[in-house]
Amino acid sequence: MAEPTAVADATKQRIFVASQWQLMWWRFRKHRVAVVSALVVAGFYLAVLGADFLAYANPDASEAQRSLMPPQRVYWFDGWRFRPHVYAVKGVRDQQSFRRVYRADPDQKIPIRFFAEGFEYRFLGVIPTTRHLIGVDGGLDATRTIFLLGTDVQGRDLWSRLMYGTRISLTIGLFGVTVSLVLGVVLGGFSGFYGGIIDTVIQRTIEILRSIPTIPLWMGLAAALPREWSVLQVYFAITIIISLLGWTELARVVRGRFLSMREEDFVVSARLVGCTQMRTIFVHMVPSFMSHIIAATTLALPAMIISETALSFLGLGLRPPAISWGVLLQQAQNVQTVAISPWLMLPAVPVIIAVMAFNFLGDGLRDAADPYT
Amino acid sequence: MLAYIGRRVVLAVFTVWAISVLSFVIIQLPPGDYVTSYIAQMASTGSVVSDEEAENLRIQYGLGQPMYVQYLKWMRLIAEGNFGMSMEWRRPVTEVIGERLWLTVAVSGAALILTWVLALPIGIYSAVRQYSPGDYLATFVGFIGLAVPNFLLALVLLYLGFVLFNAHIGGLFSPEFNDAPWSWARAWDLLKHLPIPALILGLAGTAQQIRIMRANLLDELRKPYVVTARSKGLPESKVMTKYPVRVALNPFASTIGYTLPYIVSGSIIVSLVLGLPTVGPLLLKALIAQDMFLAGTIVLLLGVMTVIGTLVSDILLVWIDPRIRLEET
Amino acid sequence: MMGDVVAGSSVSSSREALLSVRNLKTYFPRDEGLVKAVDGVSFDLYPGVTLGVVGESGCGKSVTARSILRIVDRPGRIVEGEIRFRRPEAGGRGGQVVDLAKLAPDGLEIRSIRGAEIALIFQEPMSSFSPVHSVGNQIIEAIRLHQPVGRQEARAKTIEMLRRVGVSSPEQRVDQLAYQLSGGLRQRAMIAMALSCQPTLLIADEPTTALDVTTQTQILELMRQLQQEDGMAIMLITHDLGVVAEMATDVAVMYLGRVVEQGPVDAIFHAPRHPYTRALLRSIPRIRSRSRERLTPIAGSVPHPYDRPTGCPFHPRCTDFMAGTCDRQEPTLRPVGDQHAVSCFLYR
Repeated sequence: MAEPTAVADATKQRIFVASQWQLMWWRFRKHRVAVVSALVVAGFYLAVLGADFLAYANPDASEAQRSLMPPQRVYWFDGWRFRPHVYAVKGVRDQQSFRRVYRADPDQKIPIRFFAEGFEYRFLGVIPTTRHLIGVDGGLDATRTIFLLGTDVQGRDLWSRLMYGTRISLTIGLFGVTVSLVLGVVLGGFSGFYGGIIDTVIQRTIEILRSIPTIPLWMGLAAALPREWSVLQVYFAITIIISLLGWTELARVVRGRFLSMREEDFVVSARLVGCTQMRTIFVHMVPSFMSHIIAATTLALPAMIISETALSFLGLGLRPPAISWGVLLQQAQNVQTVAISPWLMLPAVPVIIAVMAFNFLGDGLRDAADPYT
Repeated sequence: MLAYIGRRVVLAVFTVWAISVLSFVIIQLPPGDYVTSYIAQMASTGSVVSDEEAENLRIQYGLGQPMYVQYLKWMRLIAEGNFGMSMEWRRPVTEVIGERLWLTVAVSGAALILTWVLALPIGIYSAVRQYSPGDYLATFVGFIGLAVPNFLLALVLLYLGFVLFNAHIGGLFSPEFNDAPWSWARAWDLLKHLPIPALILGLAGTAQQIRIMRANLLDELRKPYVVTARSKGLPESKVMTKYPVRVALNPFASTIGYTLPYIVSGSIIVSLVLGLPTVGPLLLKALIAQDMFLAGTIVLLLGVMTVIGTLVSDILLVWIDPRIRLEET
Repeated sequence: MMGDVVAGSSVSSSREALLSVRNLKTYFPRDEGLVKAVDGVSFDLYPGVTLGVVGESGCGKSVTARSILRIVDRPGRIVEGEIRFRRPEAGGRGGQVVDLAKLAPDGLEIRSIRGAEIALIFQEPMSSFSPVHSVGNQIIEAIRLHQPVGRQEARAKTIEMLRRVGVSSPEQRVDQLAYQLSGGLRQRAMIAMALSCQPTLLIADEPTTALDVTTQTQILELMRQLQQEDGMAIMLITHDLGVVAEMATDVAVMYLGRVVEQGPVDAIFHAPRHPYTRALLRSIPRIRSRSRERLTPIAGSVPHPYDRPTGCPFHPRCTDFMAGTCDRQEPTLRPVGDQHAVSCFLYR
């Protein structure tokens, strides 16, 4: 009779002394889908760091001879041996449709090498190297290279461009969310903590911003960016434009939390004990809703990614030579192009996976966020 | 209740004002002033603008005067129905926009109605039959709706339609009705073409509303008043629909208004992909060509349309929730 | 047969029981295990009599009430037992007895009994009324569900009923929402709704627990008065022994889903037999006790539903525990006096 209770007591003890973060982690761990999503997101960001390594062709190297090449089929075995290879491909202009048609030559087998040599880059921005994950011998020779996902209309390798696109698409989201976070926490905090007029004004502003359709506005603002601006300037400007409307969600969450916490006894007692307002806010109140903020921020990321992708898709966001998922998808704007070269739609896949992963992750974090309920 | 409606109307007015300011900013953003560009454009194609006309235009738009004066002059012109001239098309903006705005309303409205019609029963079903296969299916489709951006969905559907059925599923009219004058036949043709764009546009909002309905209904189903209703002898279906659904309807209805800005936003891009004759493609072309009056007016009209739609949905909420009707605060 | 010794009316045993519950078992299969919320409960209820069902939270009182009306929440179900109910003679059914446990839970027959012949009132009148419908709307619904009357007539009846239960200005109150009424008025409205179709049995699940003491007295007084006027039976579920002492004619004491003692209210209070009943009565603070005298709570706590003790469910906390007997076998109800029965090995 006493046995089960002893075990139960020991577990209860652990729970009592666990910190807030530990509790959150335990709850999060139970949510298997969220854990898998966390791994996927981690994988994406590893790709961001190692984009140069994962790519095998120079993303800007255009070559009209291989425009709109379909993805090459990888053969894993050569007879008996495990030797992945592709067939060399010859391109010929079809006389009737004036399009390039590609035929694989089974006699010319190009073996795929791992950790092969390719174009030069700086790993993590520091170490100069020429090693890439995969490649082919004599890889810099245009006619003897590999095209895992085919090429675009300018003959640039889609896989390599996708790797670089991942880097920009995922980091632009981070900057945007940071801006939104700062705006949201500050404004939402003032709104919730001070109440009164400040609250009313900020609240109404949020409601107004929520009622405005975002895309026409973004389009208008983005189109106004001077053509002469550099890629980097455009990058930051787009980020700010998207964040200007995106902070409202975070502000609402922060405000809600502040409002409900203001009345809590522990806040009142902190003030009674003599804490200054700043201390009350940062030492006492903020830790209780940190977890909510993290969850809300994670959920705000996919919206950023979709926004940037949409704008670039329209041609108003990032422009070439910058590469992002949206820029890549711009090539797939109409059904005629896509019907002939459906592989141009492939950049949609990482978008969908990233958005789903962030959503599941954010949901899991949100569920785990309040370990004390 | 009147106080509530009054507040929503006042807020709507402020929102429209904010949109008008933003639209004005968009119009002013490109370098150089637009009237000069307009005159230059006209001149380059051979049409001549007399000095008198040019001077009139300058006065009308308040060129050379401070920004807020120009803004007020622009507002006054709009009040008179004069939305300016499109430089690219060399016609009044209203003519260029034409029926496109109404078609945008039609598509957005259809998407909103579809959201209501789909999200409500599916949300209820999901909650009442929790963990059933139907619930999982709805959750799965919901996730697709949330994760796949609408323009990508449109692209994929177009591609599939083309490749699998050799059908072109874009567009709002059959070719013969495209430029025809309005008639019952044309309206019917429009209705036949609306479902696919409406579905694509409304899918994300529907998914979100299903989640909201499901979560709220699950909360309500546990409450005591449901047990009371059952204990009185009401049939199960009536127990569900009259009580917990009615209560869960409030958060559902109050959030659905906010899917409208998203739908209208989405219609811009989706229209591009599907080739719909709405305001979207026109806006993009105007922005690229720096045809600022056209662009700014479109942004303004889109915003106003959205605000009106949200206001209507807010008023609908009042009708549904007697607690708002009765309370004074 | 066990049925002979079940506590009946101490007023007259020659009348026929209105409700006879025999060996009712309602179980809840959960992921973590099987919860035996009601594990073999039997009692009788006679017209005009109030049966007080007492016990701590979680002993199965509410589930018993819901089992009678077949509104047990899923996944709970009645796995065994009979609930024999004698339907009233009016309406052409002529006093027929029906086993409620056998009826389809959402079928026509049980629904015609619910609200009309057996009514249930709840602990929390605020959350037991719909927040978006007026009180009158919900009462009218009950009336029109079981009686062939038009809306105007139903409304008139509702107002009359509200007046009868002591609601002031019923013509205005009938259109108000639940949150606009005070706690006492809400409970009165709930009673009005329950009695609107003149049921023969009223089940009251902790009707006064959420009320303050003065309102409590008023509500109990109202219930007693209505019972005298209409002659209905009341099954009063509570954990408050004071309420039981005031209202009940008979008492059934429950513990972990079983009836451990039942009998007339005087017998239970002045001559309790079961150790649990005795401990309950001992733990009540008395107004005449010496100051600084410690309260005597019952040792231990109610076991976890997944962790039921073997044998007699009370044995881990029993002061008269007999090793070898109480932890091995399950006791059954045996008569120990006039209409008085106990389930304990002390009284073999």
